[in-house]
Amino acid sequence: MNALAANELLRVESLAKTFTLHLHGGARLPVVHGVSFSVAAGECVVLGGPSGVGKSSILKMAFGNYAVGEGRILLADGDRVIDVGRAGAAGILDARRRIVGYVSQFLRVIPRVGAIDVVAAAAQESGLDRAAARERAASLLARLDLPERLWSVPPATFSGGEQQRVNIARGFAGRHRLLILDEPTASLDAANRGAVIDLIAERKALGTGFLATFHDEDVRARVADRIVDVSLFSDREVA
Amino acid sequence: MMAPLLSVRGLNKRYGSIVACRDIAFELEEGEALAIVGESGSGKTTLLNLVAGALAADSGEVVYRMRDGAARPLSSLSEAERRALMRTDWGFVHQDASRGLRMNVSAGGNIGERLMAIGGRHYGRIRAAALDWLARVEIAAERVDDPPSTYSGGMRQRLQIARNLVTGPRLVFMDEPTGGLDVSVQARLLDLLRGLIADMGLAAIIVTHDLAVARLLSHRMLVMKQGEVIESGLTDRVLDDPQAPYTQLLVSSVLAA
Repeated sequence: MNALAANELLRVESLAKTFTLHLHGGARLPVVHGVSFSVAAGECVVLGGPSGVGKSSILKMAFGNYAVGEGRILLADGDRVIDVGRAGAAGILDARRRIVGYVSQFLRVIPRVGAIDVVAAAAQESGLDRAAARERAASLLARLDLPERLWSVPPATFSGGEQQRVNIARGFAGRHRLLILDEPTASLDAANRGAVIDLIAERKALGTGFLATFHDEDVRARVADRIVDVSLFSDREVA
Repeated sequence: MMAPLLSVRGLNKRYGSIVACRDIAFELEEGEALAIVGESGSGKTTLLNLVAGALAADSGEVVYRMRDGAARPLSSLSEAERRALMRTDWGFVHQDASRGLRMNVSAGGNIGERLMAIGGRHYGRIRAAALDWLARVEIAAERVDDPPSTYSGGMRQRLQIARNLVTGPRLVFMDEPTGGLDVSVQARLLDLLRGLIADMGLAAIIVTHDLAVARLLSHRMLVMKQGEVIESGLTDRVLDDPQAPYTQLLVSSVLAA
């Protein structure tokens, strides 16, 4: 197995993905092929291209949420390498705890758990003790301007933008070296987008790598070190 | 490397000409929650009962790593050892709480009985443990002397969970733990179970036909159809990118609320 370069956090090699739709006569739906790029420590790589081109599928494969079709996705783990497609369930869960975090476009709410507890649980999972995790959660929610009266309330009743801020706080609460962000700022106003940009910049300075998609041109321009145009690898005809 | 907490190898079970389980193999690590999903008749409850030793397999073996670290085939345990295992290191949460509780014994007695079975004798400590567990499963302390026959369905299920967990087991089997409960009651129970599994580092095998229950509670999933495991893997991968035709059918058949 090729070792990764010293500062490389993620390497995607000749990645391809095709969905087979068994309920539709086994129709094959190719998404992407030949995707190769890497993400270094402290770098923010943004996947570009129109919607439907396969950006989210690449993010989901890197997180182990979609099966890797062909090719490889390698994740740095100290001086070891995790092959995401072969890591197995236990390996992926371990990588998610220690190495790779994910902020989706929407919060999947857990009934009855308060916003601050959702965020603190993520901090605790990455190794902080209960008190430190709560402190970290509070500071993130404050920076993202979530009103303090909402902190103990389960996010199910929150607005889309409020839920998304909880989601972002949760993603940033851990100490992951690689963060995957899927349109994290889509439902935020300008002030909160600014807060997210600052959070990304701070983590980059600490060496965290980012693999992200952003709908918003302005956000992209301010955080991206490199843009990988996914339409070069896409199998889809995009309108 | 330490043996897995549980290894299941080549399990088979037939009922006459019907194959209930065909050549099932999986492993479970400490602290891991595994969901077994499938429609009724898929063999998932049979599998749970085979693994828990409640039903005899036609062939195959279940190996469990005991508290002393020794990996033992369950078939090699004496009856006394097996009973001790069931009372201390394992729990079994039935869909029908009346199968897992003594319906006319007080709630405190139901919880205390498991402690007394492993040698607890001090009344005050047993009562304190019972009250502590009632609080953890959100049952008011003043109901401690009432029998579960006077409880609602959701309370019975929570009491059954308390009775199972009071001895600090490492592995809990659950058969449709939220089945038959109102939706609002289910959410509360699920949240409670999720917290307990995480806090206690419990390993769990959860049989459910409800994919939302599997998503919320489990790390890993087995999908069963006609007695066979047709797909397995990380829970969110199986649900979000199902590979097998039958899994795709199951996932696409869920109504999104």
